[in-house]
Amino acid sequence: MHMADALISPAVGGTMWAASLGLAAYSARKLKPEIAERKVPLMGVIGAFVFAAQMINFAIPMTGSSGHLGGGMILAILLGPHAGFLVMFSILAVQALFFADGGLLALGCNVFNLGFWPCFVVYPLVFKRIVGEKPGQGRVLAGALVSGILSLQLGAFGVVLQTVVSGISELPFGVFLLFMQPVHLAIGVVEGVVTAALASFVWKARPEVIELADDSKATGSASMKPILLGFAVATIITGGLLSWFASAHPDGLEWSMFKTSGQEELDMPDRGVHSSLADIQERTAFLPDYGFAESEGAAGSDETGGGATAEEPDEQDDEKWPAVSGGTSLSGLVGGGMVLLIAGLVGVSLRLIKKRRQ
Amino acid sequence: MVRIHAAVSDVGALDGLASQDSPIHRLDPRAKIAVTAMFLAAVVSFPKYEIAEMMPLFLYPAVLSAVGQVPAKTLLRYLLLASPFALLVGVFNPLLDREVVVHWGSWAVTGGWLSFFSILIRFVLTVSAALLLLACTGYVSVCAALNRFGAPRLLTMQFLMLYRFIFILSDEASRMVRAHGLRSGSGRKPTLRVWGSLAGHLLLRAYDRGLRVHAAMLARGFDGTLHPPRAFRWRWADSLFVAGCALFLALVRFGHVAERLGAWVLRVSG
Repeated sequence: MHMADALISPAVGGTMWAASLGLAAYSARKLKPEIAERKVPLMGVIGAFVFAAQMINFAIPMTGSSGHLGGGMILAILLGPHAGFLVMFSILAVQALFFADGGLLALGCNVFNLGFWPCFVVYPLVFKRIVGEKPGQGRVLAGALVSGILSLQLGAFGVVLQTVVSGISELPFGVFLLFMQPVHLAIGVVEGVVTAALASFVWKARPEVIELADDSKATGSASMKPILLGFAVATIITGGLLSWFASAHPDGLEWSMFKTSGQEELDMPDRGVHSSLADIQERTAFLPDYGFAESEGAAGSDETGGGATAEEPDEQDDEKWPAVSGGTSLSGLVGGGMVLLIAGLVGVSLRLIKKRRQ
Repeated sequence: MVRIHAAVSDVGALDGLASQDSPIHRLDPRAKIAVTAMFLAAVVSFPKYEIAEMMPLFLYPAVLSAVGQVPAKTLLRYLLLASPFALLVGVFNPLLDREVVVHWGSWAVTGGWLSFFSILIRFVLTVSAALLLLACTGYVSVCAALNRFGAPRLLTMQFLMLYRFIFILSDEASRMVRAHGLRSGSGRKPTLRVWGSLAGHLLLRAYDRGLRVHAAMLARGFDGTLHPPRAFRWRWADSLFVAGCALFLALVRFGHVAERLGAWVLRVSG
């Protein structure tokens, strides 16, 4: 359930990055240096383990889809919430860098979805309460099961929320939610069982790990407030500024559609290939489209009359957002295709030059 | 197991690419990180129906991979392997957004198809940018640069440790799988019970080995500082690279390059 760069908007990506970085700074501060030192090998090993577990996709019966474990709970249980969060950050960073699983911009979202909920919400509020002071077999299983399900549900909800707020995907909130939550319910059950089995196994075999994980007596709570506050402010500013910027500049792109395609091409004389191209272009410019739906009637009658008044709807289009940009017009397509070709040619010729030199 | 093995060898292969020498490799890691961040921001800031105006951005991965000697095959492989999540979610767009937005000749194109292709383009651009950053910089250098940017030391150290321990874990795992194969005869797959026990012991063995590795690192003076293979030195070339890329990205993002070029070509050819 990794978010991908392709699906998020800069506002969402930036906001979640700020939040995740803030949490990482907080976690790093909270860990006592001497405890962190002793935890390093365990953090590395458990991290590698969860990394491997996330690579195993298993089919979910009856849905025809597959999912993978989150692993946030096992990190929180065996390493404590703060170290667990840092480890989750590192796992997702490696996946984003090496496997493009998720993306660099979406890393903030993914860390938040898979790290924040299990480590800072479910672990202290649910798991700790259920398991209590003396972890028995049954309690651990119950705690891991409930918190595994809960943390994945929250994470999946985060994915849905971030995707819908970004607005790149068309999936409506409800449908996406109905798709994601049940799938992650199934994964959550598996995750809970695996978490319980692993946690009790490790506790039995290496009891010293329990003591390592307990960072509730961590240091520096007084100095944390300014940092957290700072990052909260940064989060709000990033989110607010970016989303304001996104909507306040609904796209200077539209102007080009009419400025370039409308005026210049339509005045061309009717002959041969070009007249048919212009014909297509005319239609491209006039036919129904989000931004220009209102002027459609007027434009349609103009079109029969000769179609030289292409710039007319131009004035009306700025306030409609999201409007279709100029990139869909014929000249945009031609230009885009050519640029793509040029990019390919540049790449290939650079490679050839390199080869010849060697 | 097979997939994890392939993944681990992929990790090694990418780091191998990073140890090459090229003008891109010689740039300061901080410059490359900054440019990658700008590039990603430029890609995702395009409106959701945009296709043509994003095309000039392909110049960046094309040039970078050519100059940085990253084989196109590797890039393609990663693109294919990368998470299908974007496609899975994007594929609903054509089904849900059925409003006809443009007509290309007699062909009516709905907004959903436009945004779906836009998602595909975003996906290819962002994934290749991330992989190129790594293939031209190297993991340790990226971590060290993040440190310079002010990331918590504990976090970057964990980045490094995780990376090392993935190899340790996979080595242990392959030993255990081989041992199991030798003892159980060929063709017998481990049952779920055996798998559970194997996984648990794998964790313990890797932990023990990790403790030894960590102790050895400490004994050799490891204090958490990262030493990148190339020392950080900001040169003129780095400033030039960052400024040039920023200019290029700004031009593409706000300059309607594809649109203007297309209009010009149509006029000339007409």
